[in-house]
Amino acid sequence: MSIALRFHIQRGAFALNIDTVIPDSGVTAIFGPSGSGKTTLLRAIAGLESAEDGYLKVGDVVWQGDKTFLPTHQRKVGYVFQEPSLFSHLTVQGNINYGLKRKKEGSSADVLQNTINLLGIEHLLQRMPWQLSGGEQQRVAIARALATSPSMLLLDEPLAALGDEQKTAIVPYLESVYKTLDIPALYVSHSRDEVARLADYLLLLDNGELKACGPISEIFTAMSLSLAHQANAESLIEASVSSYDEKFGLATLAFSGGQFLVASAPLNLGSRVRVQVLARDVSITLEPQTNTSILNIIAVTIDQIDKESSAQVTLRLTAGDTALLAKISRKSADDLNLKKGDQVYAQVKTAAILI
Amino acid sequence: MILSDQDLTALLVTLKLASVSTLVLLIIGTPLAWWLSRSQWRYKYFIEAIIALPLILPPTVLGFYLLISLGPNGPIGGLVSALGGAPLAFSFTGLVIGSVFYSMPFVVQPLQNAFASIGNRPLEVAATLRASPLDRFLTIAVPLAKPGFITASVLGFAHTLGEFGVVLMIGGNIPGSTQVASIAIYDHVEALEYGQAHWLAGSLLLFSFLLLIIVYGANRRYAVAQP
Repeated sequence: MSIALRFHIQRGAFALNIDTVIPDSGVTAIFGPSGSGKTTLLRAIAGLESAEDGYLKVGDVVWQGDKTFLPTHQRKVGYVFQEPSLFSHLTVQGNINYGLKRKKEGSSADVLQNTINLLGIEHLLQRMPWQLSGGEQQRVAIARALATSPSMLLLDEPLAALGDEQKTAIVPYLESVYKTLDIPALYVSHSRDEVARLADYLLLLDNGELKACGPISEIFTAMSLSLAHQANAESLIEASVSSYDEKFGLATLAFSGGQFLVASAPLNLGSRVRVQVLARDVSITLEPQTNTSILNIIAVTIDQIDKESSAQVTLRLTAGDTALLAKISRKSADDLNLKKGDQVYAQVKTAAILI
Repeated sequence: MILSDQDLTALLVTLKLASVSTLVLLIIGTPLAWWLSRSQWRYKYFIEAIIALPLILPPTVLGFYLLISLGPNGPIGGLVSALGGAPLAFSFTGLVIGSVFYSMPFVVQPLQNAFASIGNRPLEVAATLRASPLDRFLTIAVPLAKPGFITASVLGFAHTLGEFGVVLMIGGNIPGSTQVASIAIYDHVEALEYGQAHWLAGSLLLFSFLLLIIVYGANRRYAVAQP
């Protein structure tokens, strides 16, 4: 099962043109600058936006085609809008029950209760929406969307309307919901950080066109795309916990092509973690260093070298199936005589690795 | 009893007329206001102008045209008599029809504003929660427009209560059937029966004031509960 979509939507001078297939599991981020058509695409999937030409097939069911157009209330989507948009005349419980009462089939009350617990809103159920903070309202909105037992969850920048503090507070809730979700989630965002933390798969939109799509770690490190060339370019590496050193509080994270030692609270052996490494925190050495404070030194092959300015170059390095970006000065690249295909060593400070 | 039987009847006819007209106005005005608040039709303003006409038209003009069309030779009156119905002019039904036209803007405009101020978003949310269009209207739009319904009902009722010109033109001032309080007061003043005019006018004043106190009081409690 997968989600096949094709939309052509004209709105004055703006046109959205997209034709792609989205995986049927995990979190797919629709990522791009403001005005690139992200929200329009999400609304089109929900049937809230009419399209000049549109095709949408979810699993075996055609939601939209030449002769078909399922109205929104017949599409099994859960939609979380940018603003929480709770119904002001209903309590929190009334808001959640609204969709629950109208769904035809789907999971039991236990699953909903679990979602309510995960989102930490059980103590708010009897309150009215205006008595809740913005972050609490958005958590209720997520529970309300999931209560309909949707076959796909659509989120339109659910954190954008929140303050920084509330944003930080809600991310762990989102992560725990995504982990227990057995349906695909489409997540619109223009925030790199959010996407890096939450998404598995990425649709990169710019000015209504699909620039790229693929697993997030590939898109973030693709030299043909802009993300790898930004000042805060970073690599995302999926790793699993292979050991934990309690004495020094260090976890060993193994991935294809090597391993990292990372300072962290105790982690369960075998659990999956995502590692973020900023390109500017990665340095290159021709020989593996000894007598250094740097714990993470991995053998890599230079895959590509791109000049960013007269002072800086970006390297794409590979180790096994893993891609790693490094930003170093052009002088160093010159002095070390780095070339595509060279076998070198990448060094990363433990403190520079985020999980 | 200080009020004469005839005055009491006039008062009751007035209350009945205002209640029935308000009910009819809400039934007709709600879908009309909903349509006006949602429709993208480019000539919508024609309908809005027609509804607003009684705001500026002298009541006698409206009453005159209604009398012509409700009369046995008029288009509406003729149709009704052809179908075997009772004549509309000089009847209570005729008064209701006149009042509905006369008070239409006072009901439709607050409702239209209330519906418009809800915006699209709550309805879109309801659609994503599997609610059909009618379901969305009944469970989201109507409850959220509650203050608009209260305003519309009060204005429609009060405006019909104070009706004079239209009623005089098409009602004929028949005691016991189409004589309303405002006209009965006028008759008393014409006949220099100031005492009776005082009692009737005072009753209307008191009643209207109490009505507004109750409604605005209830509305305020509602507003305090949802700042």
